[in-house]
Amino acid sequence: MSVFEGLRFRRVYSPIHNLDPRIKFVYVCAIFVAAIIFWELLPLIILFLIQIPFVLLAGVKREWLRSMRGAAFLATVIFLTNFIFSFIGAGYIVTTKNVENAVAMTLRFIVLVESFSVFFLTTSPDHLGLALEQTHIPYEFCFAFTTAVRFVPVLAEEAQTIMDAQKARGLELERGNFLKRIRNYIPILIPLIVGSIRRSLELAEAMESRAWGATKNRTNLYVLKMHRGDFVLIVIAVGILATAIYIRLFFGIPSLNELLGSLF
Amino acid sequence: MIEVKDVYFTYPNGVDALKGVSLTIKNGEFVAIMGENGAGKTTLVKHFNGLLKPTNGSVLVDGVDTRKVSVATLARKVGLVFQNPDHQLFSETVEEEIAFALKNFGFREKVIKKRITWALNLLGLAQYRKTSPFMLSGGERKRVALVSVLAWNPKILILDEPTIGQDYQQKENLRQFIMQMKAQKRTIIIVTHDVEFVAECNPRVLLMREGRIVTDGDAQTVLTNPEILTHASVVPPQIAQIFIRLSDLGLPKNVIDVYEAREILFNILEEHAK
Repeated sequence: MSVFEGLRFRRVYSPIHNLDPRIKFVYVCAIFVAAIIFWELLPLIILFLIQIPFVLLAGVKREWLRSMRGAAFLATVIFLTNFIFSFIGAGYIVTTKNVENAVAMTLRFIVLVESFSVFFLTTSPDHLGLALEQTHIPYEFCFAFTTAVRFVPVLAEEAQTIMDAQKARGLELERGNFLKRIRNYIPILIPLIVGSIRRSLELAEAMESRAWGATKNRTNLYVLKMHRGDFVLIVIAVGILATAIYIRLFFGIPSLNELLGSLF
Repeated sequence: MIEVKDVYFTYPNGVDALKGVSLTIKNGEFVAIMGENGAGKTTLVKHFNGLLKPTNGSVLVDGVDTRKVSVATLARKVGLVFQNPDHQLFSETVEEEIAFALKNFGFREKVIKKRITWALNLLGLAQYRKTSPFMLSGGERKRVALVSVLAWNPKILILDEPTIGQDYQQKENLRQFIMQMKAQKRTIIIVTHDVEFVAECNPRVLLMREGRIVTDGDAQTVLTNPEILTHASVVPPQIAQIFIRLSDLGLPKNVIDVYEAREILFNILEEHAK
């Protein structure tokens, strides 16, 4: 269940946490686009390194490393499939170009995960909901979204309790063949789903009894305002995107192998 | 027999739930674990069937270290009924719910049928045999959960908050049932906040506070001592409160039993009448 631990937001204050989530999202999108338009290793390495100062500034190094470790399995799969197919395509020989391409594809995935994890690690669900609301998305949708995010850790905890309760009745999750193992999860899924439905009905009733939707024009206690840091970030984001497109259009990017070859 | 030797437990999120607990529960003993919320009561009982393994120290069940055997092996001997029945009910009928554990433990079909009938009759659930557990009331669901554990007849029975949501009649049934189990020399451990229920059952009482056992003694001694009770955020039972206030009349302070209390008060009144 430690996977969901990353979603449990802790209220921390850092220059990154205080940034406007909308601008942070623009930044993430800029990185996203930049990572997609390059398939060479060199710019992807740069994109990967650019984000490390953000992680350090936000003080979320430990959580960030954990989510990177979580991505390790998929990254390995991506590397292996890319490598094996180019290996077959090149006529069963290993070339440095093939290896470099496979590494680049893997790194592209890691850059995407990295930028999203920085965003989610430094943005509270409340902040996110606020951002959605102030971009004029109907409040019902914003509320549903923030509630869903907020209940993920609760659900994870409940799944753990249910697992314990069924283990105490002799359920062995790791026993049997593949199909049996999937079936072993039925006694865990049913109470979890029933519980979630029951909880959402209770939540709806509780909200109704507290006059949900009584006023048409909602106002917020906190209003998102752009500060100096936000303008700096938007300049950085636009800068990265413009540079990336410019380089893509007008420069040939040397492979790492050629670059190292020309140096020595 | 359960032997807990200097157990420390820290949850993965860094919360120290147990800070050096040592304790021995002999066969046939009836123990109530009490204390404020977050004192570590549930964490402690989850060690008894191996769901949690101590970070430091050891837990032995009948001489076997809980770290060395699977939860399923221990569960056959140690039945743990969780506080919230909704965390375990999943079958289409009450009958299948009870059969689930029996199948897991490899009972034969014929034995399973017999056990289900026996278990349903124990707590007056026979008419719900073919009902969906989700259609039952909260109190009934709780009894189904209890019965589904009783069905395999574990040697040690642990009940986490068994009296929540039960009306007085059902509580009395539960108490009678526990007394019956006790007479059969079965080990029973209950985790509870229900001080009146404990006073009526008169078990050995363990008071916990902040991950430690602060008091260990029989109910009559522990539940009539306001200082140690306050320390563990427990309120004395009503009878004990009356007798503590009446102590300036020369009445004994350590009374928790209603019948004993009545006896003492009758004697006093008769003396005054003369």
